Amino acid sequence: MNRPAPEPVEIVKERRDRTLSALIDGVPYIKTLGVTFDRRGDELTAVMAYSDKLIGNPLLPALHGGAIASFLEVTAIMELSFYILWDDVESGRLDAESLTPEALPRLPKTIDFTVDYLRSGLPRDAYARARVNRSGRRYASVHVEAWQDRRERLFAQATGHFLMPSRP
Amino acid sequence: MTETDTRSADKARIARQFIEAIPFSQALRMSLDEIGDGMAVISMPYADELIGDPGTGVIHGGAVSALMDTTGGAAVVSHPQALAGTATIDLRIDYMRPATPGDTITCKAVCYNVTRSVAFIRAAAFDGDAARPVASATGAFTVERAR
Repeated sequence: MNRPAPEPVEIVKERRDRTLSALIDGVPYIKTLGVTFDRRGDELTAVMAYSDKLIGNPLLPALHGGAIASFLEVTAIMELSFYILWDDVESGRLDAESLTPEALPRLPKTIDFTVDYLRSGLPRDAYARARVNRSGRRYASVHVEAWQDRRERLFAQATGHFLMPSRP
Repeated sequence: MTETDTRSADKARIARQFIEAIPFSQALRMSLDEIGDGMAVISMPYADELIGDPGTGVIHGGAVSALMDTTGGAAVVSHPQALAGTATIDLRIDYMRPATPGDTITCKAVCYNVTRSVAFIRAAAFDGDAARPVASATGAFTVERAR
């Protein structure tokens, strides 16, 4: 049996990280919110580092509902974009080297987004993960969950529908 | 001025102070254009740090959501039957079209019903073209009453 040698781990990581940073670095609003992404294989965890400017109620204090909605929407779009590119980048149909924020494939567009606020956001870091529940040729449905201290104690969740970018 | 008018003006003034002290709304440079009796208008100028699609310069949907949420909350606190603060329970946003890059986004929210515990709002956001909304929203907010 002649099996091809597995790809060196650095090459695999470099390709995936490069794809992810091309998607993130091009979007100024992600930086404005202070959101970063951790990647494990194809699983992304978004982190919104606490900052005083994210506060909506200074008396409690609690995170702004709009900051939470933005965090969830950024996470959903990033998950879906990474999901769309994954197969093409892994198979080599799309060269990760050629992906720069300036030369990105079109991003999905939000059709609607529904946020469910479960408890108030505490003044500390927040985390979120999204799951693509369906991704068709034209539409996608994505669910996002966000937590702060305990993973099972969500403080917000959201579902959004997205228009898929037209494929070249 | 009747007593009711005075109370309503006081309420608008309190609501304005309340909204202008919100750090996240300040970070996005939102400004209150109008407020009173369960209605609020807030605008957010175009800025590079709000861009969500670098290819077109269109601002991120999340920034529009933040504006809708703020305006919805402002409409609630300005309502005669609500008082003090409020928190979002649920917010659904429909995006009709991308906002024109460079344009200020203006959102108008109306708190159309208040129960003992819940306030319901409807909102619409426009850019330079007042005939075609960029996005619309419906939401439910908590009602906090003075003890």
